[in-house]
Amino acid sequence: MLTYTIRRLILAIPTLLFISFIIFLIVKLSPSDPTAGLPLTIPPEVREQIRESLGVNDPVLVQYFKWLKLMVWDEPLHLVEDWTGWQIAPDGPRIISYQTRSPVMDLIVQRMPQTLWVVGTSYIVGILIALPLGIISAYRQYSVFDQVGTFISMVGFSVPTFFTGVLFIVIFAVHLGWFPSVYDTTHEVTDWDSFVVQVKQIIMPVMVLGLYNASQISRYMRASMLDNLNQDYVRTARAKGLGERVVVLVHVLRNSMIPVITVIALNIPAVFGGAIITEQVFKVNGIGQLLIIAIQGGDVPVVQTVSVIFAVLIVLFNLIADVLYGVLDPRIRYD
Amino acid sequence: MPDGATPFVLDVKDLKTVFRTRGGEVHAVNDVSFTLKPGELLGVVGESGSGKSVTMMSLIRLLPMPPAEIRGGRVMFEGQDLAKVPEETMRAIRGARIGMVFQDPMTSLNPVFTVGYQLMEPLRKHMGMDKAAATTRAVELLELVGIPDARRRLGDYPHQFSGGMRQRVMIAIALACDPKVLIADEPTTALDVTIQAQILELIKDLRQKLGMAIVWITHDLGVIAGIADRVMVMYGGQVVEQAPVRELFANPQHPYTRMLLETVPHIKGARAEKLRVIQGQPPILAKAPESCPFMARCPQAFERCARQNPARYDVGNGHDAACFWDFKTGAPRDV
Ligand SMILES: Nc1ncnc2c1ncn2[C@@H]1O[C@H](COP(=O)(O)OP(=O)(O)OP(=O)(O)O)[C@@H](O)[C@H]1O
Ligand code: SF4
Ligand SMILES: [Mg+2]
Repeated sequence: MLTYTIRRLILAIPTLLFISFIIFLIVKLSPSDPTAGLPLTIPPEVREQIRESLGVNDPVLVQYFKWLKLMVWDEPLHLVEDWTGWQIAPDGPRIISYQTRSPVMDLIVQRMPQTLWVVGTSYIVGILIALPLGIISAYRQYSVFDQVGTFISMVGFSVPTFFTGVLFIVIFAVHLGWFPSVYDTTHEVTDWDSFVVQVKQIIMPVMVLGLYNASQISRYMRASMLDNLNQDYVRTARAKGLGERVVVLVHVLRNSMIPVITVIALNIPAVFGGAIITEQVFKVNGIGQLLIIAIQGGDVPVVQTVSVIFAVLIVLFNLIADVLYGVLDPRIRYD
Repeated sequence: MPDGATPFVLDVKDLKTVFRTRGGEVHAVNDVSFTLKPGELLGVVGESGSGKSVTMMSLIRLLPMPPAEIRGGRVMFEGQDLAKVPEETMRAIRGARIGMVFQDPMTSLNPVFTVGYQLMEPLRKHMGMDKAAATTRAVELLELVGIPDARRRLGDYPHQFSGGMRQRVMIAIALACDPKVLIADEPTTALDVTIQAQILELIKDLRQKLGMAIVWITHDLGVIAGIADRVMVMYGGQVVEQAPVRELFANPQHPYTRMLLETVPHIKGARAEKLRVIQGQPPILAKAPESCPFMARCPQAFERCARQNPARYDVGNGHDAACFWDFKTGAPRDV
């Protein structure tokens, strides 16, 4: 298992190099000008000097390797230094946002907690809704519960989050006035009352994303349970005189969870992607919003960094999913 | 005989099981009656779809309900009617007082739990053993069914065992709580010939040691001849003939049984052929039969067979057959 994991980790390196190169090229070749955001009054010669200092006129491969070194070595060290206080970060240049002139990593560190809060909570809420839903739906296949559940999850799965988001705002914020429509990221939880405010403002984005996640995962859960409920070993468990609860929640569930857990792990990066839209709708200033603003402003370093982070997440969670599969299913031994 | 006491461990009367499916009802078990004495081995034969499994599964209510429905009959076991007892009582009997072994050992064990866990489950549930006691007993059981290195193998998963070894594990599970009755539904069909013989030997041996009564479902008349005390022949969801094993082979009364025996070249020793070689189609069980179910394929069929479903007529020597034709006189039975 361990050697398998290590081998997979090593194999991930060329994949990530390739992805990073593509990201670098795509963003590089797009016709956005890093000085476009500067005031129009700046004369063309100065503009050209600024471009020169940003290194945009070097050969592409040189730019790539310089950038790659910053991305995978210097910036992570800065991040570690920020967290631990160890003086390990190199003094050289950093990846600087064109728009804000501050290091991209600092922006990401500022934005990450909001995204993690919203995405993380909504994913957990989604899983907590999805698992019982899928289990009961499968166990009571074709019952009213199953049919209503199937219908809702079909809707939840096929309606995009920007629509449900706006719908929720119209219903719960505008008409009913229960929750604020905008997520205030400066809000700090210090006591019970401010905690209630936090819960209220996070409910809508979490519900929107959570429902979407729940409908997807509950489909998997149901299908996986159904696959297993008809297996011979279930009959054996019943023939042993075990109660239905043990049969379903121990024997069947343990088997059904294997593919579901893998899907849950695989989907985590996708949830980050999906959060971009939800963050936009609810004005959460997380990573997603950072990315959108950067794209609109032609802020190449930010777009590149965020894209690379997403790529790393995808490759990483693919690996985690594979390893989990091996851990959960004793029939699979990779070594 | 004192109140409630009977010479039988199992006394089944007029058992009737129906499946309600989209395409209408399937009358899988029609008024089946039979008895089982303590320590007796009853062989059950009949072609595929004749209702052998459904009959035995109905006894211990192990069928999915719906679609299955037990329409009537009584199943006396240890002074209780299993058709009427609450589910909880039934669960205390399943796997404790009545053990089951199924056809396919490759799929009958749960792939994600160790063999030890699966073997200890009934011990802990029915006998209230703690982990230590259950482990000791589990080792004993594995040794009893001839699994070498038993203690170490408790921690292995089913996929680490061969087919024959898995079937031994299944037998150990079924016998874990020292049941009064063991129902074995084609326990050797899925195994290699040599392994089949080993499992047969094992069962014979265990029967000597433990003295439980056994219901042995099979297609293989050779197996029946080798181990059964009594044989019950099923056709179209009915018992068509029943007799002590020698009597049945020497003096078959039902045309179906006679045809079955003709298709077996050597009863003693040599392996019997499968039963499917009989010409014609099995009956469609869409409604409770009002004529003899074997009529369409019966060489002796005459006018009365179309009007009435024959009852089981006693022909002496503990032998009965459900047929209007009397081979002794070569004429219709005088009833
Ligand atoms: N879940 C079900 N739904 C509908 N019909 C069923 C179901 N299970 C069994 N049957 C029907 O019940 C009848 C008896 O089946 P059963 O499994 O008892 O046959 P069998 O004698 O055990 O055959 P085999 O030798 O193939 O195991 C068959 O006609 C079958 O189609
Ligand atoms: S009752 Fe008639 S049809 Fe049925 S087995 Fe006997 S002779 Fe054949
Ligand atoms: Mg069967």
